[in-house]
Amino acid sequence: MLKIKRSDLGTLFAKIAENNELYLPVKAAGKTNFAAWDQDADVDLDTLKTVKSPKDAFFPQSEGLYSCDREEGKIKITAEKLQDAPFVVFGIRACDVRGIAVLDKVFLSQPVDTYYAARREHGIIVSYACGAPETSCFCKVFGIDAAQPEGDVVTWMVGEDLYWDAKTEKGQKLTAQVAELLTEADAALVAAEQEKIRSIIEKLPNSHLSLEGWGAEAAKTRFDSPIWEQLYKPCLACGTCTFVCPTCQCYDIKDYDTGNGVKRYRCWDSCMYSDFTMMAHGNNRTSQMQRFRQRFLHKLAYYPANNDGMFSCVGCGRCVDKCPSHLNIVKVIKAFGKEGK
Amino acid sequence: MQRLIDRAKALLESGEVARVLGWRKGENVWDVEPAFFASPEELSDFVYNGFCGANLSKYMIEASKLEGKTLVFLKPCDTYSFNQLTTEHRVDRETAYIVGVGCKGKLKIENIDAKGILDVQGAGYPDASEILTVKTLYGDKEVSYKDAMLERCHVCKGKEHMVYDELIGESVDTCDGDRFAEVAKIEAMSPEEKFAYFQSELSKCIRCNACRNVCPACSCRKCVFDSNKFDSAQKANTISFEEKMFHIIRAFHVAGRCTDCGECSRVCPQGIPLHLFNRKFIKDIDSLYGTWQAGAEVDARGPLTNFRTDDAEPSIVTKRG
Amino acid sequence: MSMNTEFRPTIVAFCCNWCSYAGADLAGSSRLAYPADVKIIRVPCSCRVNPMFILRAFEKGADGVILCGCHPGDCHYSTGNYYARRRMTLLFSMLDYLGVENGRTRVEWVSAAEGVKFSETMNSFVEKIRSLGPNVRLGDLRCKD
Repeated sequence: MLKIKRSDLGTLFAKIAENNELYLPVKAAGKTNFAAWDQDADVDLDTLKTVKSPKDAFFPQSEGLYSCDREEGKIKITAEKLQDAPFVVFGIRACDVRGIAVLDKVFLSQPVDTYYAARREHGIIVSYACGAPETSCFCKVFGIDAAQPEGDVVTWMVGEDLYWDAKTEKGQKLTAQVAELLTEADAALVAAEQEKIRSIIEKLPNSHLSLEGWGAEAAKTRFDSPIWEQLYKPCLACGTCTFVCPTCQCYDIKDYDTGNGVKRYRCWDSCMYSDFTMMAHGNNRTSQMQRFRQRFLHKLAYYPANNDGMFSCVGCGRCVDKCPSHLNIVKVIKAFGKEGK
Repeated sequence: MQRLIDRAKALLESGEVARVLGWRKGENVWDVEPAFFASPEELSDFVYNGFCGANLSKYMIEASKLEGKTLVFLKPCDTYSFNQLTTEHRVDRETAYIVGVGCKGKLKIENIDAKGILDVQGAGYPDASEILTVKTLYGDKEVSYKDAMLERCHVCKGKEHMVYDELIGESVDTCDGDRFAEVAKIEAMSPEEKFAYFQSELSKCIRCNACRNVCPACSCRKCVFDSNKFDSAQKANTISFEEKMFHIIRAFHVAGRCTDCGECSRVCPQGIPLHLFNRKFIKDIDSLYGTWQAGAEVDARGPLTNFRTDDAEPSIVTKRG
Repeated sequence: MSMNTEFRPTIVAFCCNWCSYAGADLAGSSRLAYPADVKIIRVPCSCRVNPMFILRAFEKGADGVILCGCHPGDCHYSTGNYYARRRMTLLFSMLDYLGVENGRTRVEWVSAAEGVKFSETMNSFVEKIRSLGPNVRLGDLRCKD
């Protein structure tokens, strides 16, 4: 276990940035999101949840795939360069680290997504334990320990010190790069902090939400439930929940005509939108109730069916905070729990 | 609140209305959701509190297509949107039974968070007091009601309902600011400052379309930004221009029809002050074509579907500097 | 676009079919010169121009956009240009508010008989855009390379 003074974090970030691109929570125009670090960045480690999850670092909201240009009467296709330099994402919370594990199962299984795989290969995750979890958090439900996140390096803020514990080879390599700034530390203080965090989590209203009835079988048992019809009504069909979610992984591929050529890019899609999975024959989900049901069954039934029962919700609670109509996965889980169906 | 429930029950039981459009309580005090209630029993989940900011007029577009009347609860500012929708033939006045509800200003959870009060579980606001008591896991905190109010309530349009069948409850005019102050401040900036300001705000946009989908004036069946024939599509934010295009066009399309209900700014997950676009148009319309409040009356001819032969030329923009 | 040459702006001119487009024709048949940088798009009436057209022109690489229509009172459809006038006033004001340089957009009323005015207007507009330089604030970066 190593540590560094909170007041020296600026030096630490500068040191990390010497050899790596660095992304971390930055406050800009009043909101905190993961962004590239520079000397002037207003780094914000106190905000529990960034508006968008850090999944952008591995799966950006939009990214170029290739471009087509005309060259001497022929069409020239240039593929987008894959990530080939190391980068560090600092300050990812336990739930969001699990979110990346959820994405891994989608993008790293056959056929492997090369863009994503390149970023995962070169990305180093420095996770950050949650000092003060909030009401909207329910990560415990999915077996996530906010006091002991996964990651290449795990960090804790205890008092005025940041504790630093390298867990993987990548993490040790990064630690070696910044070793001169870190000092040996006593793990006992971290253990005490962890106890504190876990005791708060016990008290959170949704920490003991029951997932009974969810999982692969729910696709059959809950698909036709009349509850969906009641639940979806306030849904505005906006994409807020899907775009702030650390595990939503659907994307759309589009062409952009630049006037001189074509740029093919992909961008996040949202199952809340009417043109989601639009095909030549039309759309297979024609009502908002169906779209709404799709999102929650994907998290709680279809994904577990394909991934040994692992849920693709991590309990970060961003949808709880951000939905304009205050619909969210907790309400869905509770509604079915209440009915006992 | 009990008076609202009782009245809704009575109207449902008498068969005068087929359903009730109101707010349903959530897990916490702040996560109330707009909801339809079809039976008197369901009304046990009905709630009306400081967090019922949602403007229910928009839901009337769909409700208006259903059989029977819908009882809808509207706050004073919501009634402007309702009138505007009636004017545009998107909602049929005959399908609504409007209960005008009293409003003392609505709250925004982010404003409480911004005061360093995190983890809001409950909040109490006795009628006479100006202080909101907030219950959190980390102890009880206090915040002044005004500080927790939505931006739009600081420029309240007043306590009068523009349309209603009956009124329940008292309203308070919570206006304590100048509606155009922020717009004027930006107008006074240099082009570089203006550009930098909007760039920093709009670059947060995640194209979730919440502003559009919540907006009572955005009632097109299919939005131009949802067209797959159009390559600046609705969900990509490849570069900053697309956000600008979206927000300019959206604001322009609702110009003259926007009642300044403030829903766009209320729902933006990134806290972009979207009302600044709409208010710029309102300010220009007021100064160039005469004061105009969309939704103040039904069937009025809006400023962009009207003209005078002696209107200002577009070059006025350059001339006034 | 070569880096060495002098800045040649791309100008999009929306011209109404009944007056300004005929005005451009007259300018041509009268051999009045105006820069080749101006690309004319014919529209049935000035009020056909949706604000989106103007933003799209900028997005795809225009440095200046000008709208020409019949003089107020002379619209072929009686009142179209009156509506266009209000719309463009508000749009230009919004662009100014967003920090887009003043003068990148313009509206001029040019009748079918005003070949000289058409040519003069285009010459002065191109001059103005040259002085402002390339449009950066409203362009899409993807169209730049």
